[in-house]
Amino acid sequence: MTGTIDIDGQSIPFEDGQTIIEAATAAGVYIPHLCHRPGYTPHGSCKLCTVKVNGRNCSACTFPATDGQTVINNSDELEQDRRRITQMLFVEGNHMCPSCEKSGNCQLQGVAYHLNMLDNHYPHFYPRREMDASHPDILIDHNRCIFCNLCVRASKEKDGKNVFGIAGRGINKRLIVNSPSGQLKDSNMSIEDCAAHICPTGAILIKRTGYQVPIGQRIYDQKHISEVALAQENAHGQD
Amino acid sequence: MKTFLKTILIDADYQPVRLLALLRKVQAQYRHIPAAAIDILAEALQIPRAQIIAVVEFYSFLHLTPQGRYDILISDSITDHMLDKENILGYLSSMLKVDVGEVRADGLVSLNNTSCTGMCDQGPAGLVNGLPLTRLDRPRIDEIAALIEQQRDISDWPAYLFAVEDNLHKAGLLLNAPIEKGAAIQAALDRGLEATLAELDRSGLRGRGGAGFKTAAKWRFCAEESAERHYVVCNADEGEPGTFKDRVLLNMHADQVFEGMTLAAAIIGAKQGFLYLRGEYLHLYDKLQAVLEQRRATGLLGDNILGRGLEFDIEICLGAGAYICGEESALIESLEGKPGIPRNRPPYPVTSGYLNQPTIVNNVETFLAAAKIAVLGGDWFAGFGTEKSAGSKILSICGDCARPGIYEYPFGIAIEQILHDCGATDVLGVQIGGPSGTFISNQEFKRQLAFEDLATGGSFIVFNNSRNVLDIAQNFTHFFAHESCGFCTPCRVGTSLLKKQLDKIIDGHGSAGDVAELESLCQLVKNYSHCGLGQTAANPILTTLQRYPDLYQNRLKNISYEPGFDLDGALEIARRMARRNDAGAHLSQVEE
Amino acid sequence: MAKIKVATTSLAGCFGCHMSFLDLDERLVTLAEVAEFDRSPITDIEHCGPCDIGLIEGGVCNSENVHVLREFRKNCKILVAVGACAINGGLPAMRNHIALEDCLLEAYRDGIGVENAQIPSDPELPLLLDKVRPIHEVVKVDYFLPGCPPSADVFWSFLTALLEGRQPALPYELVHYD
Repeated sequence: MTGTIDIDGQSIPFEDGQTIIEAATAAGVYIPHLCHRPGYTPHGSCKLCTVKVNGRNCSACTFPATDGQTVINNSDELEQDRRRITQMLFVEGNHMCPSCEKSGNCQLQGVAYHLNMLDNHYPHFYPRREMDASHPDILIDHNRCIFCNLCVRASKEKDGKNVFGIAGRGINKRLIVNSPSGQLKDSNMSIEDCAAHICPTGAILIKRTGYQVPIGQRIYDQKHISEVALAQENAHGQD
Repeated sequence: MKTFLKTILIDADYQPVRLLALLRKVQAQYRHIPAAAIDILAEALQIPRAQIIAVVEFYSFLHLTPQGRYDILISDSITDHMLDKENILGYLSSMLKVDVGEVRADGLVSLNNTSCTGMCDQGPAGLVNGLPLTRLDRPRIDEIAALIEQQRDISDWPAYLFAVEDNLHKAGLLLNAPIEKGAAIQAALDRGLEATLAELDRSGLRGRGGAGFKTAAKWRFCAEESAERHYVVCNADEGEPGTFKDRVLLNMHADQVFEGMTLAAAIIGAKQGFLYLRGEYLHLYDKLQAVLEQRRATGLLGDNILGRGLEFDIEICLGAGAYICGEESALIESLEGKPGIPRNRPPYPVTSGYLNQPTIVNNVETFLAAAKIAVLGGDWFAGFGTEKSAGSKILSICGDCARPGIYEYPFGIAIEQILHDCGATDVLGVQIGGPSGTFISNQEFKRQLAFEDLATGGSFIVFNNSRNVLDIAQNFTHFFAHESCGFCTPCRVGTSLLKKQLDKIIDGHGSAGDVAELESLCQLVKNYSHCGLGQTAANPILTTLQRYPDLYQNRLKNISYEPGFDLDGALEIARRMARRNDAGAHLSQVEE
Repeated sequence: MAKIKVATTSLAGCFGCHMSFLDLDERLVTLAEVAEFDRSPITDIEHCGPCDIGLIEGGVCNSENVHVLREFRKNCKILVAVGACAINGGLPAMRNHIALEDCLLEAYRDGIGVENAQIPSDPELPLLLDKVRPIHEVVKVDYFLPGCPPSADVFWSFLTALLEGRQPALPYELVHYD
């Protein structure tokens, strides 16, 4: 089954089995997202890709495209609400951009810039979270984890290792490492793993690479996340 | 420990889907899930340790650190609060010399709150090592404390402490006469399965969990899916505060419920069924197993049911303290031994449910009704209720009324009639359908119980004029923040923000704009959450804000802004450490 | 036409935002034609009088910050959170995951090289809050200028919009958190 869907007045073709975000990306239409990545099992948890499908809110990364759908992706209401959802992610963790190596290359930041987010709006939780610097090559800073599950999926689906898991419930959710000590050094994680490179924020970092490109010349300092995401996802959709 | 784990692993046939059941047994044996047990289970079941830890941390009744040998949980439902729960808990804490949320130093006893235990008609209630304590009062607590200090085995405790009454006050078309065992299966096979599904369709039966999807349509969708296996699941995870009807239905009419499941199995072509029983109803487990045994012995379950070649059996799976598992896809995840995180839909369970096979999940009451419809026909059932809401609804009534308990009414009944029957006077309002439902005020008692007016899964909580609407909304809002699974951003963060913002207003720290902010947060959580929990988590605030805007506005100070945290309290640590208490060592909450 | 009055201060900040403000360079001359400074490190005026715009750098880490912030809120028609620290606590808020007891003990008693170890107890000294807070959690804030620091162009874009009676809006290239 193939057909077309209408996104903000633009007619967009899709192929059987495609989700709305896949069809949109292929047609050069950016829908903000953090937990979605082509080639990985859709997760549908960050809710930034929420679009209105025939009047109903749906996650574009999990909802299948079907012929004749009318999709709203750009509206003042969606923009405002996506900004609020992004602000929730910022206050939930400890996102101190000036002290983060990932700053400028961080997708959370890129999406926030895209949404013209100027403040965090909500009261901050300032949770007490740990760092795990035990691994020789890889650092985990739990303060920046947004529970997108990409590292969990990468380790399981791409690396075949199951290094990560998400435990806890509700606001007490936490990323855990699958090793007897709970520390990364005691897992079989290695720097070549997809999971080491997939984090959209600065929660999982490769050591000794942080400042090779100066602040101000990084990805989202130069380009809009919509442009970057569309180019990357269409170039190597199955990375 | 190795021997114990080997025994339970053999029982579980080394199946990872039985992980939750295994962990329940480990918890019961060791009062926690020891790290060594996690290692052994991970290796035996061939699953990552992280997956086991994720399950342990997800369910409230499983712990990574040891709980007391007597682990006491007190129900935190609004109805328990109305029965003086706070004082009872405080007294228990002082008698047992243990703080709430703590394990006593000698490891003998631990005490904590828990979400509604489904004993709202006989509270204040609680659980000790998973078994229900009802009608708690000071004399009972004295006795319980003495039994614990004497370290008496729970099996030796007097039975009256654990007595659970059915409190059936009004039986209607389903409860007034249960069917004969086997009658529904017999009738369905005699009539033909397709014709029986047509009867079910004609009956107009809609799901009794509250959402109201047409039962016949669900069964037909599932039956039409070609797959290796089909499954029938009975959702007995009634966690909605104020609901306890399934407890009574399973205690009084388990046979008919199992019969309804068997009927469904015949129609959709399932050989395996599950009763997902909430962990709080552990006390029903043995009795239900005995009912299943008897049905097997009398040919009502097994590989040749009634000698007519029908094959079906039912397994009981216990939950472990997670409201979200009442959501059907979360329940299926839980059945598979995983954290109860709702799945993305589509696909729906009727096409891809348990182990990705076509699965129907129905409420206890739905199966009860379906069984009787199979015997008496669709027209019989459709003859009751309203045009859009056929048949009856079984209610769990509790709160401020003379006769809390179970009441069955044909749909279309007016709220005022129900209030009259249960002996409710001086009523302020009623929470229909539990925290996720609607709060109606005493101006709305002419409204009807029906899918087209006031839908409910069965919870019906009465509040009299001595109650405070904001306290009610606060209790419910805290409940949702506690029960959010944390999967999606709007619910994970949003329910906690709702709690903070509502507390700020109720505690008198709200100022201009704080109610508008609360309302906009409500809309965000409602419109963007992944599943029904988040989509309804703001209902307690939204439905009361709509009816009592002044109650909220009156809590606000007439200033432009006040901090949501205690400013002077934030200086307390520094004051103590600097040994100061001068005027400069304090801050007013707002500028004077 | 009377000049617009602007006040600025740094709470728990590093004055980096002020330095960035000075990067307006020759545009400061243009600004001086239409605006004058009230309380600010630039003027050394100790207390703020009625102002049109108050620019706050830094988060709230102690009792004095609260008093200063309130003085600004009371006197400024428009209050602006300037920079990462004012907006989310910034780097000073990284102490939030360490208990205040531990912070004080490390600084005044247990730290390497501490002599005459004691926690200061002097009414002249402001007490620390248990957590560093962004300013919008203590007073109502009208506008936010993100950045660490916000660039001079951010200040310019914002102030010229206000002075020309337009609603300030930062274009994409001026929004940065670092």
